[in-house]
Amino acid sequence: MGAVAYDPKVVTIWEGFRRWLRDSGLPFDFVLYSNYERQVEDLVAGRIHAAWNSPLAWVRAERLAAAEGHTVRAAAMRDTDRDLTSVVVVRSGPDVKLADIRTVAVGAIDSPQATLIPLAHLRAAGAADLTVRRFDVGVGLHGDHVGGERDAARALAAGEVDAACMIDANHLAFTQEGTLPPGTRIIAQTAPYDHCNMTLVDTAPADLADRFVGLLLSMSYADAEVRPLLDLEGLKVWQEGRTSGYAQLAAAVDQSGFYDAKGQVTAADYAP
Amino acid sequence: MTRLDLEGLGFAQGAHILVERALRGLPPGDRLHVVGHDPALAVHLRGWCRSRGHVFSADQHGSLVSPGPAERQRWAGAERAGGPRPDGIVRRPPPHWGLAARGALVEAGGPTPVGFDIADRDVVWADLAPRLYAHAAAAQWDPAVAVDWSAATELPEDIEAAVVQVMTYLVENEQAALVIPARLLARIHPHFREVQQLLAVQAADEARHIEVFSRRALLTGSELGTSSAGGRASLTSLLFEADFSLASFLLSVLGEGAFLALLAFLDEHAPDPVTRQVTRLARVDEARHVAFGVAHLEHQAALDPTLRGRLRAAVERRHDALVDTAGLNADVYDALVVLAAGEWTPAAIARGYAAVQRLQAAMDDGRRQRLERLGFPPDEAAELSALHTRNFM
Repeated sequence: MGAVAYDPKVVTIWEGFRRWLRDSGLPFDFVLYSNYERQVEDLVAGRIHAAWNSPLAWVRAERLAAAEGHTVRAAAMRDTDRDLTSVVVVRSGPDVKLADIRTVAVGAIDSPQATLIPLAHLRAAGAADLTVRRFDVGVGLHGDHVGGERDAARALAAGEVDAACMIDANHLAFTQEGTLPPGTRIIAQTAPYDHCNMTLVDTAPADLADRFVGLLLSMSYADAEVRPLLDLEGLKVWQEGRTSGYAQLAAAVDQSGFYDAKGQVTAADYAP
Repeated sequence: MTRLDLEGLGFAQGAHILVERALRGLPPGDRLHVVGHDPALAVHLRGWCRSRGHVFSADQHGSLVSPGPAERQRWAGAERAGGPRPDGIVRRPPPHWGLAARGALVEAGGPTPVGFDIADRDVVWADLAPRLYAHAAAAQWDPAVAVDWSAATELPEDIEAAVVQVMTYLVENEQAALVIPARLLARIHPHFREVQQLLAVQAADEARHIEVFSRRALLTGSELGTSSAGGRASLTSLLFEADFSLASFLLSVLGEGAFLALLAFLDEHAPDPVTRQVTRLARVDEARHVAFGVAHLEHQAALDPTLRGRLRAAVERRHDALVDTAGLNADVYDALVVLAAGEWTPAAIARGYAAVQRLQAAMDDGRRQRLERLGFPPDEAAELSALHTRNFM
């Protein structure tokens, strides 16, 4: 299985899961990638059987696999990967409207939640003439690094932009930590979308793939051995994967020209 | 459906506390209808529910929350770490209870600290420990005010030198008496907290003794006395006793027991009020240390018939290790004679010498009594007492 090392804790998490999975009889190992693009390419090329993918990596994997004559499936996801929303935040004012927004701060170029999805939402809502100020922290990590979102929020608080984009839970975190001072408000919220999933490629041995997914789904928060790992990975329970929550992102990818229909990277300035 | 009105309270001001409380009180199968007028309420409630494993939904009436099982699951395998009072102490607390307060509900998982190897009630406990701790905590004194430092009197130079020598020796002994309980208490399982507390106060007692003895030594001069190799060898042999019972036996029962007689001697023969006060204050503390040592070994001896054999072996081992060393610093012995003599005449020195011999007899007598309390027959107690280090401690 491949995982992207967006934070040192990724080693702790997957070494822990590896121990648990091996104790449960699964011959399992993982490799760490510095960015999602290489992980997706290796998955479709069959160098790994499974990839712990960001939503953007899922969109690319689906396209790349189809272009190569393969299929991928979203086999499992965290309970916390379902029904996320992003918000657009402005400084409070009596009559600020979406259409008035001229400058907007976003996260990294490849962040689904703080760049691609909210920008598509804004444009669809009529904010056509936008100047985007991007905070490219952790490019290649598909927004897993919170730094870009936080910098966008800071730019709004400093009065450098009209609006900033972020995921709903980070709006709460930034409000609690004081990055977003009183005097800002949410002007728009996207429809719910889904986040990461455990992507399996059709070249993976079916028996191993099914046992892997079955073991993930069997992990219980009541198990003191896996609970700290679930806490670190930010879930209470693994759920079956679903693909119904990626349409918004796929449309945003097309609109921004991030990937083409065959899953090739077409975004300018994107250097993971 | 149960309704919760948060009014203007937002999640950046602690709204989750009211939501959690309402979810705890929810009948099985019920959902919580959350309303309020914080503008970010629905956005934050959605994100918060996701992070807690609750199910969030929204309809035209507002936000709905179905509680998830995570909180119940987290505590499913939890256990009580015994009971909070001494009658809740368990014989062998498991290492994974670690630093949890005795009686706390301990979540399963988490670290298993290594190093709390003194973890058997029958080895470490004495029913007297909670009371001794309470007494010790109440009896703490402030060296700055408990001693009237202004009462210093000008002594003849060689009498003052004798006091300084004795104080130098006392400081050296108190260093050992500080380090030993401090080392032991770090190895005691926190389940036996009263014993840890007692040893912590014991170490703090010794810290104060070191202070007052040093300060008395330097009251009129700026130089300390001598530290002999033999004296330090005797004390160092105490540091390497890793067994809790044996260390406590050698230090508290035999060593500090002998010290009680020495401090009483200094109280009686002190040539000045400051010397008298510091030795008197220290003696009260030392009596408590001896009491715990005797109490916990009495407790253990009643449960473990092999204990006395091991205590005997410890005394013999230490005697053998020290047999070729000089024992007590000769300067200390002579200084005690001079203090008891009070003047430089042959008759006075003879009186002083006799007094120090009586002190040694009193130390031997105390050791034999304490050994007999631990169940040694009188002849064996006398034999073991005779093997005790010549360095007193």
